[in-house]
Amino acid sequence: MKYTQGIYPIIRKKAVAAEIYDMTISCPDVAAAAMCGQFVNIKVDGFMLRRPISICGIDKEKGTLRIIFEVRGKGTKALSQLSEGQLVDIVAPLGGRGFELLEKDKKAVIIGGGIGNPPMLPIAQHYGKNAVVISGFRNASAVILQQDFKESGAETILCTDDGSAGRKGFVTDALADCLKKEKPDIIYACGPSVMLKRIIEQAKNAGVRCQVSLEERMGCGVGGCLVCVCRTIRDGEEYYAHVCKDGPVFEAEEVLFDD
Amino acid sequence: MTDMTRLGIDFAGVHFKNPIVPASGTFGYGKEFEEFYPLSELGGISVKGTTGSRRNGNLPPRIAETPSGMLNSVGLQNPGIDHFIAEELPYLKTKDTVVIANIAGSDADEYRTIAEKLDKTDVDMIEVNISCPNVKAGGAAFGVSCDGAAQITKIVRSATKKPVMMKLSPNVTSIADIAKACEAEGADAVSLINTLLGMRIDIRTGRPVLHNNVGGLSGPAVFPVAVRMVWQVANAVNIPVCGMGGVSSWEDAVEIMMAGASLVQVGAAIFNDPMTPVKITEGLSEYCRTKDIMLKDIVGAVKPW
Repeated sequence: MKYTQGIYPIIRKKAVAAEIYDMTISCPDVAAAAMCGQFVNIKVDGFMLRRPISICGIDKEKGTLRIIFEVRGKGTKALSQLSEGQLVDIVAPLGGRGFELLEKDKKAVIIGGGIGNPPMLPIAQHYGKNAVVISGFRNASAVILQQDFKESGAETILCTDDGSAGRKGFVTDALADCLKKEKPDIIYACGPSVMLKRIIEQAKNAGVRCQVSLEERMGCGVGGCLVCVCRTIRDGEEYYAHVCKDGPVFEAEEVLFDD
Repeated sequence: MTDMTRLGIDFAGVHFKNPIVPASGTFGYGKEFEEFYPLSELGGISVKGTTGSRRNGNLPPRIAETPSGMLNSVGLQNPGIDHFIAEELPYLKTKDTVVIANIAGSDADEYRTIAEKLDKTDVDMIEVNISCPNVKAGGAAFGVSCDGAAQITKIVRSATKKPVMMKLSPNVTSIADIAKACEAEGADAVSLINTLLGMRIDIRTGRPVLHNNVGGLSGPAVFPVAVRMVWQVANAVNIPVCGMGGVSSWEDAVEIMMAGASLVQVGAAIFNDPMTPVKITEGLSEYCRTKDIMLKDIVGAVKPW
């Protein structure tokens, strides 16, 4: 099985920040197949389109997946109102390409911007003390996952735009400081495209491999409808790749951004 | 496994084991859905619209949710007809389901070239898209006039002996007249409706939600329009009609068949639930068993007031 459609119970749900929810779903067959960087496509009653949400935790022994999502509109609002014990219909695990994890003793810098932080946790858990996690948020009320990142053993650097938690400034400032101290083997990033664009430049200038996880409005989630495109370079030509099937993770040098 | 014995339909000279066909553009080339069920469960597959050469399509966002539906503006992204024939068709032909090639062109020559290439293959049927609302220089320009529809039908007809099904646009004054124009030029069937042209605007930014500004509306919101148009067309022509537009359940399939469709395509509903085509087939099977009928008996069975 690469992916499946099924109905599974929510075994844990809680609010972790303003309008941000943390949910664990018991789905042993999906958890067994899931890989770091993949996502689930969740059906919400009364809505035409499923909501794609990145996987924040995979527990193959317990057979669970953990997701963290932000209420962005009516669909995610409805999803946030489900409670423990209720069922969700998911198509998962999706994403033809997740994060590529190197040997655990390699040095990784892991960067998440806002709701781009959840898919980074499994990477931090893989590298442990050999990782530096840089998390950026608008302000203190939006901060999530700091305890989880610390428990992974990684060094953590928290940034907020307004300085209300951690250091004031953007994740790219913190990355610049990291790159001055030590050149990592790889950089991973997920977050707003302005952030990714800058990180890709920094990685390129430093000569460090970089993988980014992208987001786009999505339809089927499996590669059938072709709506979730991002601009990439393939074989020297511009190609509109599909986030759901060709990604969501791409190598930095593949990705093109709008000017 | 569904008992399909009551569901068989002969359509434009091709036998379908059941009338349920995933609609072009919602099902890729089928492979992605084999994770959910064997493709042999389907009556057929109408593959992603294919053009003469590779197309990147429109910039994102290409999709927007709407009440009971969605807008899309993919813009015919596809790897081109040669790729389809060499890489996709041979695989699909091993899957024990009817393979319908969906084609589109930006001018008459492109339609002709693609149809000539497909004529030399073992594809089962050609669905001719003259109604894609998302390509500036293409399809829809032909589909909105009787002359344009007739012109493309004639060209494709002369280029192939395969069954030719013209896919019609609902963005017209009289879809029945367009269907008659296609029939007069030798179309073996018509399929309808393609999407209804629509638009959404993000009031915070003043920007259209779709990068293409406008896109095609599909989903349950358009179903009553589809039923009405299928009914009008079925009453106007003597060739078979393939109905689509918001079909999401077996009840919807029965309804559009009663309106006059003998084949049914399922599109947007697949995004909500990829199992939809199989669930519809199971529902139709149970419906026929309970009523002790053959499914083809309900085609056009509506009793108008």
